[in-house]
Amino acid sequence: MISIDIEKKLKGYGGQQWLKVKRDFATGGIIQIHGPSGIGKTTFLKIIAGLIQPEKGIIKVDDVLWLDTSAKISLSPQKRKTGFVFQDYALFPNLNVQQHLEYATNDKEWIQRLLHIGKLETLSTHKPEYLSGGQQQRLAILRALAIKPQILLMDEPFSALDKQMKLELIVELKQLFSELASTAFIVSHNLQELENLDLTDFIDLGKANFY
Amino acid sequence: MPLVLPPSVLGFYLLVAFSPQHGVGKWLLETFNIQFVFSFQGLVLASVIYSMPFMIGPVRSALQQLPKSLAQASYTLGKTEWQTFRYVLLPNIKPSLFTAIVLTFAHTLGEFGVVLMIGGNIPGITRVASIAVYDSVENMDYASANTYSLILFGITFMMVMSVFIYNKTQTKSPLE
Repeated sequence: MISIDIEKKLKGYGGQQWLKVKRDFATGGIIQIHGPSGIGKTTFLKIIAGLIQPEKGIIKVDDVLWLDTSAKISLSPQKRKTGFVFQDYALFPNLNVQQHLEYATNDKEWIQRLLHIGKLETLSTHKPEYLSGGQQQRLAILRALAIKPQILLMDEPFSALDKQMKLELIVELKQLFSELASTAFIVSHNLQELENLDLTDFIDLGKANFY
Repeated sequence: MPLVLPPSVLGFYLLVAFSPQHGVGKWLLETFNIQFVFSFQGLVLASVIYSMPFMIGPVRSALQQLPKSLAQASYTLGKTEWQTFRYVLLPNIKPSLFTAIVLTFAHTLGEFGVVLMIGGNIPGITRVASIAVYDSVENMDYASANTYSLILFGITFMMVMSVFIYNKTQTKSPLE
């Protein structure tokens, strides 16, 4: 069980607003996060990853306390080790495809499997600047999966993929999520985009003071 | 401060600070037998203090220009701040780092005020190229001054050219 109860002040062009989420999520599920731009979807993911601190809140993952602002407890992102797929991919310009995965894990077999899933075997020596947008996005997903994360946080992970590639990747991801028993939080504007992923939960951050 | 202080003022304060007669300088001499005033070590230390801002400025600016998400991605992979700096951030500011190193070195090579203050002008120990040029002119030995100047000019020109060529090969056109 993943329990999240957080409050974070957001600054936007329209003044200040609050991101409030209080929900329990079953582990091993796939949760779609929806909401208009600027509502705090990326912030929500970064709070879970420990990259942003909320004003107030508690995050508990399988009875392990990741965050409790009142007790001044906050596990570092390194200890939470969530797989994070950034909206801008955040690929390292100095590393090629293979090196990206080797930076995350030493498991050679796992790396080969991920390269196969992402159809990037033939591009393993290419640096990000020589990859297309879709290939870069797949690499970002594979890098996040390389650490076999307990929680996977994906920010618009399929936006640059064509329909066929998206469908094929989703089939593989479903299998991987189940093998790793990972819980995936996926931000997506497109409500239909993730229907093949067998979503277990859905939250719309557009609803004010979401509880 | 070293950026805006006149070099002779900085040199004077370093001379006072490291004077073997009192304070830190005396302690260093008595405890470790190190004397920074009128020694080659002193020249190096003074040059580092004087030139450090010329190195730190461009490097810090280059680091700030990298997307925050690069470091964040590395942290989520379990990497420490040092690992992130060493394997992700530093390699991605290579052109700026190279430029900063070369220009700082070239700047140090031509330094006059600070090194004269703390090093004096002891032949074979603390006489540096820029002071040698000045000395030659003082002694009306224009041939030597010309030789020293040409060597300094050649070295500096090659450094600037190498930075220019390196940056040209590293920087891609925005239209590519």
